Amino acid sequence: MFNDSLKQLSKRLADREISSVELTTEFLKRIKQLNPQYNAFITVDDEKALAQARIADQKIATDKAIPLTGIPVAQKDIFCAKGWLTTCGSKMLSNFVSPYDACVIERFNQAGAVNIGKTNMDEFAMGSSNETSFYGPVRNPWDVAAVPGGSSGGSACAVAARMAPVATGTDTGGSIRQPAALCGISGIKPTYGTVSRYGMIAFASSLDQGGPMAKSAEDLALMLNVMTGFDARDSTSLQRETEDYMRNLEKPLSGLRIGLPKEYFAEGMSSDVEKAVEQALGEYRKLGAETLEVSLANSSLSIPVYYVLAPAEASSNLSRFDGVRYGHRAKAYENLGDMYRKSRAEGFGAEVKRRILIGTYVLSHGYYDAYYIKAQKLRRLIAEDFKRAFTHCDVIMGPTAPTVAFDIGEKSSDPIQMYLSDIYTSGASLAGLPGMSIPIGFGEKNRPVGLHIVGNYFAEARMLNVAHQYQLVTDWHQQAPDL
Amino acid sequence: MTLSVNDVKQIAELAYIKVSEDEAKATLVQLSDIFNLIETMQTVDTSQIEPMSHAQDVVQRLREDVVTESDQRELFQSVAPQIEEGLYLVPKVIE
Repeated sequence: MFNDSLKQLSKRLADREISSVELTTEFLKRIKQLNPQYNAFITVDDEKALAQARIADQKIATDKAIPLTGIPVAQKDIFCAKGWLTTCGSKMLSNFVSPYDACVIERFNQAGAVNIGKTNMDEFAMGSSNETSFYGPVRNPWDVAAVPGGSSGGSACAVAARMAPVATGTDTGGSIRQPAALCGISGIKPTYGTVSRYGMIAFASSLDQGGPMAKSAEDLALMLNVMTGFDARDSTSLQRETEDYMRNLEKPLSGLRIGLPKEYFAEGMSSDVEKAVEQALGEYRKLGAETLEVSLANSSLSIPVYYVLAPAEASSNLSRFDGVRYGHRAKAYENLGDMYRKSRAEGFGAEVKRRILIGTYVLSHGYYDAYYIKAQKLRRLIAEDFKRAFTHCDVIMGPTAPTVAFDIGEKSSDPIQMYLSDIYTSGASLAGLPGMSIPIGFGEKNRPVGLHIVGNYFAEARMLNVAHQYQLVTDWHQQAPDL
Repeated sequence: MTLSVNDVKQIAELAYIKVSEDEAKATLVQLSDIFNLIETMQTVDTSQIEPMSHAQDVVQRLREDVVTESDQRELFQSVAPQIEEGLYLVPKVIE
């Protein structure tokens, strides 16, 4: 049952083979058993989860169920959920019980899904290893010595360790895709503006995008059907026709043009990752796809550009944490300014402070043009590279991350090395394009490798089709660590 | 570009984050590394390029100027560090 897909779990619920209360109880038991070692969840609330499960069972009993009704969903602790502790992985919000629901949470509630718990994450989603969490690092279910990736590391771990059938994540520069790759699961960051950011604690608003994490592309499609849609409360939410992300899954891939950016394959990727990617591309050729070389000439600049723009937006967004209306307030202070300074010094961890300082600096008088505007200009060049590439191909493929999961502690004292974990994912984020990662095998130390698939704007259904067809002929996505 | 410990302290002051001397020194090393990485941006000529501030080319939506939120002050203040009679309390700022 723990390895079942969403479709299989839905069928079991519909056939009355199992109730949502029973299903939820089983997953809660598994979390109790495994979480002490893996630390994937910050908050688990049996009572709240079971209350939702009981409501779901009523819906099922009266035939009002839809695909997600009664399904436990692990929610990244960046999504505000009414009555739930919502920490964003930070001491700053370690006492914050949200008074309202994020749009994403509302949508899952309306669908009748069960919130099985709030997952651990890098503090304010700033990190690629989950080591910046105030609640301690998450461990990779494939190897407890390894990081799960980040920032949605708790969600990735929860799905990989089968503590939840599906989870939500958010992605600013790779925070869904990189942990999905490192934990051997599937994850998609949709086109910017597709999933409402209302109630999703802001990091870099022009980049942040919520998305699902699951075992397979088919499960991601079902999740996207619930998560996406216009929301007037998010000023960047796009007004579009409702899509069924399942609609293209079964289409054959013959004639699919896969673009391979020569810059990605030139250097930087470790040999075990390269081997797995080549094998996956071989499968795609067998499925009738053709591969061709494309160029993303400015891709090497995506990390520097990202580390100007994201911190700039973060320094502005995180100015709201001042110890006045919510969150941590220092115990002793001399005056208002001192209260702000101490509350923020105590409430934020080292990486968050570092990024606030970078952002403050690049936005400051005299440096704004040289850094912030310069980065925005390069952002356009990076986006135009993708635009040009998509005149030649339907999807772009490459590795999600340059290496398999690294060891806990290996990169935590070297920010630059950590930042480079997102070298292949940050470009699509800057362009606002959808990107996903699917498992394609194992590399060094038997740790998972992910394939990165980038599509054109609003091409999610096509990308899910591309991923699903691969998953029909391979079983990497069905492999689970032996726990 | 070279940063000094005083620059770090000045930035921290602007960001309202208290830093100790030791923290400022440690931060200096890391920020310098990060700015060296950022400096690689300057290798590309962008004089003819328009800045891109947003991924989607959309205009700001407007709405009617009507009340859409109900009063939830009590609920929202339930998470505040210190309140009194519906007001947020902060240290005295006017003598």
